[in-house]
Amino acid sequence: MFKDITLGQYFPGHSFIHRLDPRTKILAVIIYITSIFCIKSFLGYAVLAAFTVLCVLSSKIPFKFVLKGLKPIMIFVIITAIFNLFLTDGKILVRWSFITITYEGVRLAIFMVLRLFFLVLGTSILTLTTSPIALTDGIEYLLSPLKKVGVPAHELAMMMTIALRFVPTLLEETDKIIKAQTARGADFESGNLINRAKAMIPILIPLFISAFRRADDLAVAMECRCYRGGENRTRLRELKMKKGDVFGWFALVCLVGLIVLANVAYGRINI
Amino acid sequence: MDGKTNNIVVDIKNVEFLYEDTEETGGSRVLKDVSLQVRRGEFLAVLGHNGSGKSTLAKHLNAILIPEKGKVMVEGLDTSDESLLFDIRQRVGMVFQNPDNQLVATIVEEDVAFAPENLGVPQKEIRERVDYALDAVNMTEYKDHAPHMLSGGQKQRIAIAGVLAMKPDVLVMDEPTAMLDPAGRREIMETVKKLNREEGMTVVMITHFMEEAAQADRVVVMDHGKILMEGTPREVFSRVDEIKKIGLDVPQATELMYLLKKSGLNFETDILSADECVNVIKDVYNAAKEAL
Ligand SMILES: Nc1ncnc2c1ncn2[C@@H]1O[C@H](COP(=O)(O)OP(=O)(O)O)[C@@H](O)[C@H]1O
Ligand SMILES: [Mg+2]
Repeated sequence: MFKDITLGQYFPGHSFIHRLDPRTKILAVIIYITSIFCIKSFLGYAVLAAFTVLCVLSSKIPFKFVLKGLKPIMIFVIITAIFNLFLTDGKILVRWSFITITYEGVRLAIFMVLRLFFLVLGTSILTLTTSPIALTDGIEYLLSPLKKVGVPAHELAMMMTIALRFVPTLLEETDKIIKAQTARGADFESGNLINRAKAMIPILIPLFISAFRRADDLAVAMECRCYRGGENRTRLRELKMKKGDVFGWFALVCLVGLIVLANVAYGRINI
Repeated sequence: MDGKTNNIVVDIKNVEFLYEDTEETGGSRVLKDVSLQVRRGEFLAVLGHNGSGKSTLAKHLNAILIPEKGKVMVEGLDTSDESLLFDIRQRVGMVFQNPDNQLVATIVEEDVAFAPENLGVPQKEIRERVDYALDAVNMTEYKDHAPHMLSGGQKQRIAIAGVLAMKPDVLVMDEPTAMLDPAGRREIMETVKKLNREEGMTVVMITHFMEEAAQADRVVVMDHGKILMEGTPREVFSRVDEIKKIGLDVPQATELMYLLKKSGLNFETDILSADECVNVIKDVYNAAKEAL
């Protein structure tokens, strides 16, 4: 039942994108997301789309697989599009009884859809090509300058690693509990929303109890293995920027440059 | 350190212990004047029914718990000295019952590296230790796997590798086979015996499987927070009546001999394995045949 959930799924591989330093990829995604919201024209989005396609191609991950990430946000995208389409003021395009669609509304709706799509695609490419360990290492490194102002960078990274480690274990356990309760005659499928929510209680309570137990056990096991926070910790795999990262940064600078150009051009010719 | 103490890895002297929350134990002590010495290179099994204080004793070996009275010395280091905490924990590797709840990382290799990383071991040496530890438990080919994809026995072997990477002097295991299927149990016993014989690793293993205890060099039986019996498996298990009185079993082969003896036949109960059992019965049978 829960086997299909693909939380921050990693698609193992050895492509150029896979081998990039996680810090490069995290910063690139931040820049990518920022640029999504700075683009003012369709030309800009065309540039971004071309860049995204190039990234997916060089990651050697099937397009279908990447696009699967869009499915869960579809409803959200449609609602956003409808709101923007009907509720934006401006030059009237269609008027039919109480419904009015404006030129600005159409434009904004398309932009919002594109923004959400690129947002999900960009972050998917990051999580698909970066192992959870590398991702948390990268986040820890990038946050470590903030340690001075009290941001617990190591602890946050450790929490993420442990959460990722226990997601499959807890999903498996949930599955087991559901089966056990179903065998005892529990019904999770029928009834109204409130009844269904009530049916979840016999699943959640044992799950919580077991999760706390696991947390307790894990804390002792970590102490037994001399865990004492991030201080003086060494790593099996140190992060190292390589030649590929230089190229990655160059590609990113090109992307930003082209988007800026597209924005400037928009100011002049309006596409 | 003189030569004599050097042969003792862990020295437990007159330890008393009481949990702060005494509801479960009804206010009585969980450990009552426990003294025990773990000798270098031995394979020591600890038996006792649920609640007899085995896990509590194990947690005293690496300063997770500190004795209320008495002393625990690990390689001459006092566990009550807080400045020695990590020196002690590094020397006493601890493996627990549930393999799922002791693995930290999402990749086998990263998990084994966890302890040396915490100890601040240089990167190159971490690599060596991880490779050594995975090899010692025969899991090298799984180093890039995710732990949750492995079997129970394999996960538990990774947990053992995780503490071996600290280069401990003694491996303490609290019912490491309790949650495993028979195949997993066999895997763990083989791994532990190999570590003990080939690497000279000192092993303390808490178990409730008598067949596992029978394979140890020495057995300690705990009851109500006290050490009731101590000796070789043969010595301990031949005291069948006493063991049964505290609600424990003996290995199946011993049980058979015990029942035969009870029914009036001339058998001794110092038998531990099925093979021995077969031989003894064969001897008796042949002797009987000749007598006829
Ligand atoms: N954290 C705790 N707090 C209070 N009492 C405990 C705690 N852990 C164990 N006990 C009690 O101490 C006794 C010995 O427990 P334990 O050492 O776990 O025994 P064993 O491992 O032999 O089954 C039991 O009666 C148990 O209820
Ligand atoms: Mg126990």
